[in-house]
Amino acid sequence: MTTETIPAPRSSYTPPRKRRVNWEKWGWLYMRVSGLFLVVLIFGHLFVNLVSGAGVRAIDFAFVAGKWADPFWMVWDTLMLVLALIHGANGMRTVTNDYAHRPILRKTLLGAILVSTVVLLVLGILVIYTFDPCPSNAIAGTLPAFCKAH
Amino acid sequence: MSTATAEGAPAAPIAEVPSFTVTLIIRRFDPDVDAEPHWQDFDLEMHGTDRVLDALHKIKWEQDGSLSFRRSCAHGVCGSDAMRINGRNRLACKTLLKDLDISKPIYVEAIKGLPLEKDLIVDMDPFFESFKAVQPFLMASSKPEKERLQSVVQRERFDDTTKCILCAACTSSCPVFWTDGQYFGPAAIVNAHRFIFDSRDEGAQVRLDILNDKEGVWRCRTTFNCTDACPRGIEVTKAIAEVKQAILKGSPDRVSIAL
Repeated sequence: MTTETIPAPRSSYTPPRKRRVNWEKWGWLYMRVSGLFLVVLIFGHLFVNLVSGAGVRAIDFAFVAGKWADPFWMVWDTLMLVLALIHGANGMRTVTNDYAHRPILRKTLLGAILVSTVVLLVLGILVIYTFDPCPSNAIAGTLPAFCKAH
Repeated sequence: MSTATAEGAPAAPIAEVPSFTVTLIIRRFDPDVDAEPHWQDFDLEMHGTDRVLDALHKIKWEQDGSLSFRRSCAHGVCGSDAMRINGRNRLACKTLLKDLDISKPIYVEAIKGLPLEKDLIVDMDPFFESFKAVQPFLMASSKPEKERLQSVVQRERFDDTTKCILCAACTSSCPVFWTDGQYFGPAAIVNAHRFIFDSRDEGAQVRLDILNDKEGVWRCRTTFNCTDACPRGIEVTKAIAEVKQAILKGSPDRVSIAL
């Protein structure tokens, strides 16, 4: 007795899918990888700002200006900004997909998340790379004390 | 033993099963009469050996014959009597009354996330649609004269997910499934896992492709509600995580086994 007379099973219930980029998978992976980096970046950021040296009392305008004069902290802060903002925005997108059922509401919220993320990214990167603590056209008397050295 | 009783000494009376009064509050819904479901309470005299299903039977047979619920084998195998008991998805036939807090009323309602039809009965069609969508049958091109051989280790690999009885306790406890019902749900992924990790099956890539979807495994938020709800003790969340791993690594063979 053989089983060769048994016909092949019916075709699949779901039509075969066309191959396309799966954003959901990459989004899931991004959340894990960026999360790992952010643990280091954020705790490093908090340690340097709040604990090391003179601690939290060291933070003032000059402290921030000093950090952004250093390419190391410019890259650090850029990474933190980009990774954290997209991480947060993707989380908000997931929550929206879960809880906003009406298509119009969902589209509006997703659009708002996208726009605010792009605006904040552009603004943040602009500030980090174009920050000048002592602009030459500033009104006299508004510049911090350390600018007089120039 | 028989000689001892034959000599006339009366056998010690079998200790009586303790009985107690218990209140069940059941979420009733009759689509012909009610616009909205409502809660109704029943007082019952039950024994320490009774299960929630026995209490439901007692109500149906002695107090209110209109109470509707599904049950078939009544012994935790058929998977028809999954319901929400005191806020947790359980099989009524596997939940002893004495294990619940009987000093307070016991709340019983239908499982959530599926359309309510009557009392404790829900429409299971969406649940079985996603079960069907993962193609839960052996796909093999070879036609052996006898059985398909498999080592003990290979069988062990997917043993946990073979225990599923499709009661929907996991899927209807999943907050992602509650939201819009588009997500495949834990039960469908468990049954896909059962074939994806079966060495005799050749359709793993097809199933991984189906689950690597917008509404597939990536919607799982690892809340562990499904693992907690499963009356068969299947580690559902772990199975879902293994399917995610298999998709990321491209093949179930490359997934390391977490102990």
